[in-house]
Amino acid sequence: MQIETTINGKKITLEVANDELLSDALRAKGYLSIRQGCDTSCCGLCTVWIDGKPTLSCSTLAFRVRDKQITTIEGVAQQAEEFAQVLVAEGAEQCGFCSPGFIMTVLAMKHELKNPTEQEIIHYLTGNLCRCTGYMGQLRAIKKYLGGA
Amino acid sequence: MFTIEQVLQPETLEEAYQALHGNISNTVLGGCAFLRLGSKKIATAIDLSELKLDYILEPGKEIEIGAMTTFRTVETHPTLHQLFNGVLPKSVSNIIGVQFRNVVTVGATVYSKYGFSDLLTALLALDTEVELYKGGRLPLEEFLQKSFPKDILTRLFIQKNARKASYQSMRNSLSDYPILTIAVSELNQRWRIVVGARPLRAQLASKASEALSNSKLTAEDIEQSASLAVEELSFGSNIRGSAEYRKAMCKVLVKRGIMEVLQCK
Ligand SMILES: Cc1cc2nc3c(=O)[nH]c(=O)nc-3n(C[C@H](O)[C@H](O)[C@H](O)COP(=O)(O)OP(=O)(O)OC[C@H]3O[C@@H](n4cnc5c(N)ncnc54)[C@H](O)[C@@H]3O)c2cc1C
Ligand code: FES
Ligand code: FES
Repeated sequence: MQIETTINGKKITLEVANDELLSDALRAKGYLSIRQGCDTSCCGLCTVWIDGKPTLSCSTLAFRVRDKQITTIEGVAQQAEEFAQVLVAEGAEQCGFCSPGFIMTVLAMKHELKNPTEQEIIHYLTGNLCRCTGYMGQLRAIKKYLGGA
Repeated sequence: MFTIEQVLQPETLEEAYQALHGNISNTVLGGCAFLRLGSKKIATAIDLSELKLDYILEPGKEIEIGAMTTFRTVETHPTLHQLFNGVLPKSVSNIIGVQFRNVVTVGATVYSKYGFSDLLTALLALDTEVELYKGGRLPLEEFLQKSFPKDILTRLFIQKNARKASYQSMRNSLSDYPILTIAVSELNQRWRIVVGARPLRAQLASKASEALSNSKLTAEDIEQSASLAVEELSFGSNIRGSAEYRKAMCKVLVKRGIMEVLQCK
């Protein structure tokens, strides 16, 4: 079916199958930042924002984003770049496979929580798995980024 | 992965209900997180998104939760944080992550009566009723105990009262399915002790609740009620824990839940 939606501020028409997942539809449209790291909705790599809310694109049927605002990391490139520099400086990025989904969640948290405590940061990010970093570098980077932002 | 031949976005619940009964494989869509794990071949997928069932309202003496409300809305709702010592937000807050909880829905969870459900355990300790489109309104406890013809869950109603409550769960790792879920609550000296993920679905430990309600709440009374809860409920084993382990943990968590409620304001 055809749906009208907005991706990163641009109105577009998407042709999607009834059972197509948003992650597949976005990748087919060239948004290659969307990664699929699991089959069980538990890694967070596919996180995009739907109407500003961080959401698993691997668990969302594509037709359901009709008339919604989708944001991928390509749509928040400048903020993502700023945070990515802090990540690199803290040695918190290794293979980088988890980074787009992780960064989208961190930026969503920044919008949603005011001055989060360390516990709140950890809780907000439990849905983003990273097989490389061991999380401590990521936590340092987030605190530095929020403190300095 | 499931497949969908055709999508219907009904404008009325009657249309949705008729479609649900049109073919055995016609299926209501919640958030789809669970459906996508399976391989169901759906002839008509019934998407309730247009029916405005994504809300939490507080008209008068009840809280009303629409079936399409996500766990994240429950988790962040200010009134739900204040009522019942925040047991509802607490019960869902460790399920995978924020972006998952922005997908999964209350209606799908309650209708499916999952054994492992954190939310069901907490809801059962409160004064909760479910509304089925054809089956009408009935207590959650009755809904969980009996089977009903295929229906659509439309809303939940929770009495807004001064019930004090506590929620406990135990997991091998933070975002795994629970090994055990416990909710304890008290209103006017009447207690409710609910145990879920046994791994069977949440159930009221009625003898233990009754004994506690009729007791003086001494340390021995609490100990005895916790033991009664273990005795009257059945426990099973799965990859997350054995029945013996669940029984041992049940006693500990029920006691903890009672002690927590006693300290609630
Ligand atoms: C990987 C994973 C981990 C999970 N971990 C936990 C956990 O730790 N604790 C926990 O409590 N839960 C857990 N869950 C379950 C989750 O919280 C939801 O309960 C579950 O995903 C169903 O919600 P959904 O909106 O995704 O439903 P869907 O997948 O859309 O639907 C599930 C079923 O409900 C039916 N349905 C949907 N809406 C209605 C309705 N309104 N009326 C009638 N039938 C309806 C559908 O037809 C389908 O049969 C987990 C789920 C997954 C996928
Ligand atoms: S790909 Fe793992 S949660 Fe979406
Ligand atoms: S940096 Fe490799 S998975 Fe996170």
